[in-house]
Amino acid sequence: MRFVDEYRDADKAQALATQIAALCEPGRQYKFMEVCGGHTHTIYKHGIEDYLPESVSLVHGPGCPVCVIPMGRVDDAIAIANEPGVIMTAFGDMMRVPGGNGSFLDAKAAGADIRMVYSPLDALKIARTNPDRRVVFMAIGFETTSPSTAMTVLRAAAEGIDNFSVFCNHVTILPAIKAILDSPDLRLDGFLGPGHVSTVIGCRPYEFIARDYGKPLVCAGFEPLDLLQSVYLLLQQLAEGRCEVENQYTRVVPWDGNLRALEAIGQVMELRPYFEWRGLGFISHSALRMREEYAAYDAERLFDVPGVRVADPKACQCGEVLKGVLKPWECKVFGTACTPETPIGTCMVSSEGACAAYYNFGRFTRQRLVEATRV
Amino acid sequence: MCLGIPGEIVEIKAGRDDLAIVDVVGVRRAINIGLLGPDQIGIGDWVLVHVGFAMSKIDEAEAAATLEMLNGLGQAYTDELQALAESDIS
Repeated sequence: MRFVDEYRDADKAQALATQIAALCEPGRQYKFMEVCGGHTHTIYKHGIEDYLPESVSLVHGPGCPVCVIPMGRVDDAIAIANEPGVIMTAFGDMMRVPGGNGSFLDAKAAGADIRMVYSPLDALKIARTNPDRRVVFMAIGFETTSPSTAMTVLRAAAEGIDNFSVFCNHVTILPAIKAILDSPDLRLDGFLGPGHVSTVIGCRPYEFIARDYGKPLVCAGFEPLDLLQSVYLLLQQLAEGRCEVENQYTRVVPWDGNLRALEAIGQVMELRPYFEWRGLGFISHSALRMREEYAAYDAERLFDVPGVRVADPKACQCGEVLKGVLKPWECKVFGTACTPETPIGTCMVSSEGACAAYYNFGRFTRQRLVEATRV
Repeated sequence: MCLGIPGEIVEIKAGRDDLAIVDVVGVRRAINIGLLGPDQIGIGDWVLVHVGFAMSKIDEAEAAATLEMLNGLGQAYTDELQALAESDIS
């Protein structure tokens, strides 16, 4: 595993930490948001904050696809699953997400035919082999997964499979970032851009963040050194009075993204006028729906979807966590009423949710910090 | 679901230039390579696989680093690998 050392080298991390500290203006506080849940995971797992000076804090963003699904959409999906002849298919991460009336797992236990799939293409295969059933795929995720859903629909159309449809809940990352920038709750100094979403959309779409909001953004990889280097690049921009979009993760992210993937999305889906995000409320043009041309594959048109709106449980503060206003441990029910085994909020369900990541790894880092300050 | 898993292309299906067999830590499964373009991918290349689709081409060093990181994730990675092992796309 000699390759790995390159991204894990403790000496390199320490050297970067020193360079980061040197770039910080004395007396100034810096707040950077890591948009992606995968980054949150790395930050807690490897104790990245231990390498940063006290004046630099990382704030978790809304980039956990499972976390932002509103409860009402889960209920809608369960209503579809309960229709006669339906097989509902979903990614494993979706199974425990609580709706207003329980999760997919609860609905399955009550008799609905809900199956876990790895890929939308597996859902299509279920449709192919069960021609007398109606197979629905619960599509969730940012631009990392929406091309796969689009390609699957195109495949279904090419094969003439007519018992397959998509309950489309795909969201787009840029309006969420914009909503956070427009929110008065939080003052940020820059962004660590999501790595995998950027393989699809590229770096160009982030330019409005630098141009219109005056905040730098660095597309970052998922290794500990990637994140430290990205923080360094953000601080360097601020120190030099620059404000740009930079790509730290060039080994995976092309500047222009994946044009084939973008074309597939554009062919099959279009922006919704608005969509509800869990905790963030309604955001304009922030999600995708199926185009009219693909109405035959659109579960929202094929089924009577109740369209219920369910308020998040009062005790749950996922919204504040998703906006970066609260740290997971500041939520009232964190680790007590809400744990990965019995989640109240979505941020505790997905392994990419800030609360689950913090529950699994971060507690120990914080404990170390608290103990260190006591000495 | 959001985890990108590195896989090595070991076969491209005859007559289906959008379908390839990848080896992911010893598990061989079919994935769709339609998002990368048939001329971009060959046997021995490494790709990052998201939900059954190759989303980007990576080099071997990146693949090794990513696998190592995924190993450290514990349950989330085990679940994803299990899901991949049960996948049977065409």
